[in-house]
Amino acid sequence: MPWLSTLIGVSVLGALGVTLVRNDKLAKQFTLAVSLVVLALTVAMAVQFSPNGDKFQFAETYNWIPAFGVHYGVAVDGIALVLILLSAVLVPIVVLASWHDAEAGKRSVRTYFSLILVLEAMMIGVFAATDVFLFYVFFEAMLIPMYFMIGSYGGAQRSYAAVKFLLYSLFGGLLMLVAVIALYSIAGKGTFMFSDLVGTIQDVTTQKWLFLGFFIAFAIKAPLWPFHTWLPDAAAQAPAGAAVLLVGVLDKVGTYGMLRFCLELFPEAAKFFTPLVITLSVIGIVYGAIVAIGQTDMKRLIAYTSVSHFGFIAMGVFAMTTNAGAGATLYMVNHGFSTGALFLIAGFLINRRGSQYIADYGGVQKVAPVLAGTFLVAGLSSLSLPGLSTFVSEFMVLAGTYEKHLVFAVIAATGVILAAIYILWMYQRTMNGPTAESVKTLPDLNAREKWVVTPLIALLLVFGFYPKPLLDVIHPAVKDTLSSVSVTDPAPAVPVAKEGQ
Amino acid sequence: MEPAEFITHSGGAIGVAWLMIALPLVGAAVLLLGGRRTDRFGHLLGVVTALASFVVAVLAFVQLLGFAPGERRRGIALYDFIPGMATKVGLLVDPLSISFCLLITGVGSLIHIYSIGYMAHDPGRRRFFAYLNLFVAAMLLLVLADNYVALFVGWEGVGLASYLLIGFWQHKPSAATAAKKAFIVNRVGDFGLLIGIFTIFATFHSLKFAEVFPAAHGASQGTLTAIGLLLLVGACGKSAQLPLQSWLLDAMEGPTPVSALIHAATMVTAGVYLIVRSGVIFQAAETAQLVVTIVGVATLLAGAIIGTAKDDIKKALAGSTMSQIGYMVLAAGIGPAGYAFAIAHLITHGFFKADLFLGAGSVMHAMNDEVNMRKYGALRKAMPVTFATFLIGYLAIIGFPLLSGYFTKDGIIETAMEHNAILGWLAVLGAGITGFYMSRLVFMTFFGAKRWEGDAHPHESPAVMTWPLIILSAGAIFLGGFLIVGNRFMTFLSPAVGLPEHLPEFNPVSLTGLVTLALVAVGAVFAWFRYGAAEVPAVAPRGSFLTAFARRDLYGDALNEALFMRPGQWLTRLAVFFDNRGIDGVVNGLAAGIGGSSGRLRRIQTGFVRSYALSIFVGAALLVGAWFVVGNL
Amino acid sequence: MTTHYLVLSALLFAIGGVGVLVRRNAIVVFMCVELMLNACNLAFVTFARQNGNLDGQVIAFFVMIVAAAEVVIGLAIIVTIFRTRRSASVDDASLLKY
Repeated sequence: MPWLSTLIGVSVLGALGVTLVRNDKLAKQFTLAVSLVVLALTVAMAVQFSPNGDKFQFAETYNWIPAFGVHYGVAVDGIALVLILLSAVLVPIVVLASWHDAEAGKRSVRTYFSLILVLEAMMIGVFAATDVFLFYVFFEAMLIPMYFMIGSYGGAQRSYAAVKFLLYSLFGGLLMLVAVIALYSIAGKGTFMFSDLVGTIQDVTTQKWLFLGFFIAFAIKAPLWPFHTWLPDAAAQAPAGAAVLLVGVLDKVGTYGMLRFCLELFPEAAKFFTPLVITLSVIGIVYGAIVAIGQTDMKRLIAYTSVSHFGFIAMGVFAMTTNAGAGATLYMVNHGFSTGALFLIAGFLINRRGSQYIADYGGVQKVAPVLAGTFLVAGLSSLSLPGLSTFVSEFMVLAGTYEKHLVFAVIAATGVILAAIYILWMYQRTMNGPTAESVKTLPDLNAREKWVVTPLIALLLVFGFYPKPLLDVIHPAVKDTLSSVSVTDPAPAVPVAKEGQ
Repeated sequence: MEPAEFITHSGGAIGVAWLMIALPLVGAAVLLLGGRRTDRFGHLLGVVTALASFVVAVLAFVQLLGFAPGERRRGIALYDFIPGMATKVGLLVDPLSISFCLLITGVGSLIHIYSIGYMAHDPGRRRFFAYLNLFVAAMLLLVLADNYVALFVGWEGVGLASYLLIGFWQHKPSAATAAKKAFIVNRVGDFGLLIGIFTIFATFHSLKFAEVFPAAHGASQGTLTAIGLLLLVGACGKSAQLPLQSWLLDAMEGPTPVSALIHAATMVTAGVYLIVRSGVIFQAAETAQLVVTIVGVATLLAGAIIGTAKDDIKKALAGSTMSQIGYMVLAAGIGPAGYAFAIAHLITHGFFKADLFLGAGSVMHAMNDEVNMRKYGALRKAMPVTFATFLIGYLAIIGFPLLSGYFTKDGIIETAMEHNAILGWLAVLGAGITGFYMSRLVFMTFFGAKRWEGDAHPHESPAVMTWPLIILSAGAIFLGGFLIVGNRFMTFLSPAVGLPEHLPEFNPVSLTGLVTLALVAVGAVFAWFRYGAAEVPAVAPRGSFLTAFARRDLYGDALNEALFMRPGQWLTRLAVFFDNRGIDGVVNGLAAGIGGSSGRLRRIQTGFVRSYALSIFVGAALLVGAWFVVGNL
Repeated sequence: MTTHYLVLSALLFAIGGVGVLVRRNAIVVFMCVELMLNACNLAFVTFARQNGNLDGQVIAFFVMIVAAAEVVIGLAIIVTIFRTRRSASVDDASLLKY
């Protein structure tokens, strides 16, 4: 069964179907149903994935533009699989969370939900693409639905934010296009298939230039310091659901691209640029956290925490140890759940009071204990509290980086202190203290909102104590990636007698 | 003697040791998820799960005693936590961890019971019990873990419980701030612990005690010292040792049972546990050990000095807790000779300090939650049971002969004296100050004239609160002698931490012991003349420079504020400004530049067809001309 | 021999070009454009003759057809502009600018 094409196809057909439904309520229900079907199919596919089988599974390849060797090629390895799972899990949650979000403006409600499904198709496509050209197409096309979601349904400054997001991303994308075409012609294989292109560029100088073309695009997408300033604007102006998809999934394409393309296609260049990239990541970790502390706007604060977290992911990718790489991949998934929960709950709060400013709140815990409690759990996941899945990934990234880049790991680890400051201070200012006059009548979470929050928190908890199912899938893929870069993990200074060996 | 080998175990109460953690955890989950529906029986469920956990601990203890001493380090494997880093994580039941389990579940259950009465009128009682249960579960995970990752999970779990409980009355800004401060200062310690764990992993590629400890001697001296110091940073954060002590005094914002359980008896001793558990590493790194003892001595003096100047009964006790943990850390830094005394003092301290805190809670309960001792006085008649139990706790902590503290603290002082005379005499000095500040506390509260305010009409607390006090004070009387005489505890603990080369002999009339007793007596008499016999002014007198120094917590907060908070705020503002104007400024500047220049360029589009035509001609002419030039080259 | 034809073609082209640049009347500009096209046609035919093949002549036919189509559209636009603005000056029709 062509699993991946089915996933993409169902989403696209669903998106078309939504536009045909006349009734807004029915359209929402239809969207939710489609996204749940996609989730069910994705889970069914994931169950059949064999972690120790072929690197790429469920592969489908058809000629698309034979003259240039462009294919419609999709397949997944462990890394892509968990990211597709992340997308498939987040979409129904976002749909449910955005139930009334699109009704405020004058724009069509149905279009909003249709855009979500279009986006889902593209998210799955971009992670599944095994043809570099196809990847590029999805990479750029993803911008379109997101542009409309921000620009048409966002906050007061939406058009500034949407244009900034679009132009910044397009700029990066064009650099990548140049690199993609150069890769095609220099490799001289007459094909864009990823597996055929691996190892074809031997000249180190060429590798460096092509690496930069890809890397800058991914660094803007991720976003890595100092290419991050579009993110706070976009995330603060986007509706909460769109912000979740933007930060939770779309930005992961950047870090995913670094792991898949930058490392495997240009191993020598990746090693050459490692100090630079890790330096940028570490600056991003500390800098993002410090700037987050100083924010007065809740959504901007959460966006800056993500800048810090993306620093961790990029550092893990370029540390080039198994633990750091697997940790970074797991981090991408966990960060989606964690930031998703934070954005959505902050969104619920903002919808109730009509303000994004922290100073307008205070003492919410007294009037809305469930909202405050779930917000705290989401916040704790952002500061990587053990017991929540984000801890596992942060621990792995830091420990894995420490094996090779001691100083960087130590500086990055100060992020755990800063994270406590930005989360708990925000929590204190919004939820603790005497109840502010303006929030005295805020209702607590309703049933729909509880349904939104519950799965996210459950996932954070389950993978916090039992991340093995994900890691079992991720580990072989990361090992394979690292072996194609031909790096090995440093050996222990003092070998110990392991049980059962 | 070296510690015993690790043995894989299954079956019996030890085989289900995970129940100890699971029971209170389930209790917490039910209470938190069940919401208001569980309000009616929430406190009972909390008590029952804690007691059930205690029963499992006792059964496991009995089963452990059934094994030969050399076979008392029994690990049970549970599951693969993090493939590649922490596979087959499990629990380690050995004399060290089981001692903690008994303390945590035993004292924990008593405090649960006490809280039924103490929190009876609080609308959030169910939530309170949920957090207490969560704490017990996390603390048990901390001490039972057989590897550093699971230990860290428990370590942060107790930090979370502490955060939630300090900020339990979160509507008070002071409580919310104290909770946040406790968490953040602890995170600084956790940062050190994390780096320590990374170093262990990078060195050994394993985090299991059973794999790391036997191989520890193979690592270089520098690595071991680094690991030791980093673990110490973690211990300092959790155990409120210098220089990370500042959060503990603020943590007294939490309800008093919390101060008793978390900030006196159990959580704050986790640092001592960490140092003793990692003893193999510390023993191989003398520099780290030296630093541990110095930190311990510095804190035991600092805590005692802070305790002398506080008028808030809970803060005075908190200073005392810091000081007593300083003693434990000092002993833990000495090595196998000190471990047993450190842990024994930890256990007896758990009893008498919980007793003192709960007694203070009982007093506050009677005095409308007044904490200022200057408004107490002459309470011994109004609250006889509280007074009697408090008095026992007091005598135990100052080291009155034959009570618990006498044996365990004296053991620490003697061992320290043998290890290093300077440290020993400083510890003696600390004991003298303890005699003063604890006497001051007792005299101000229970003796002298009534200084009550308003409608205070003190009464004895209900039985549900006094019985735990009575049981704890019984422990405060007998436990020390039972553990120390005949080196009973040292022998029991030896499979986990090893034995010193020669066993200490208990000497009731040693020089050090006599000097200590004399100093304590001097302190107590001095306190009597100033606070018992004399009148206590309602407002604290200005006092000398030294008093101010002690009142301001030795300027710890001021130092933190000047060194970290203000520069941090400044840095934050700078970073935000730089981000908006600097980085985003460049981005927006580029966009504006492109926009501006295209605005200028479009002026060329004049709308006059003939000028377009002219430009086409000129362009064509230029092209042709260029072609000629190139073609002729 | 063919040089004369080419010189004539160049002259015609130059006259047309100058006309396009300096005249304001749209009709005259239009006629000058036609003149330039026909100058090109002359050159094409000349080259076809010179090279002894038919390529140039074929292109000349193409140009004629394009010119005819251009006349149809161009005159229509000019007439419409004249009707609405009562002027056939190309300088007056300058609304389509920045």
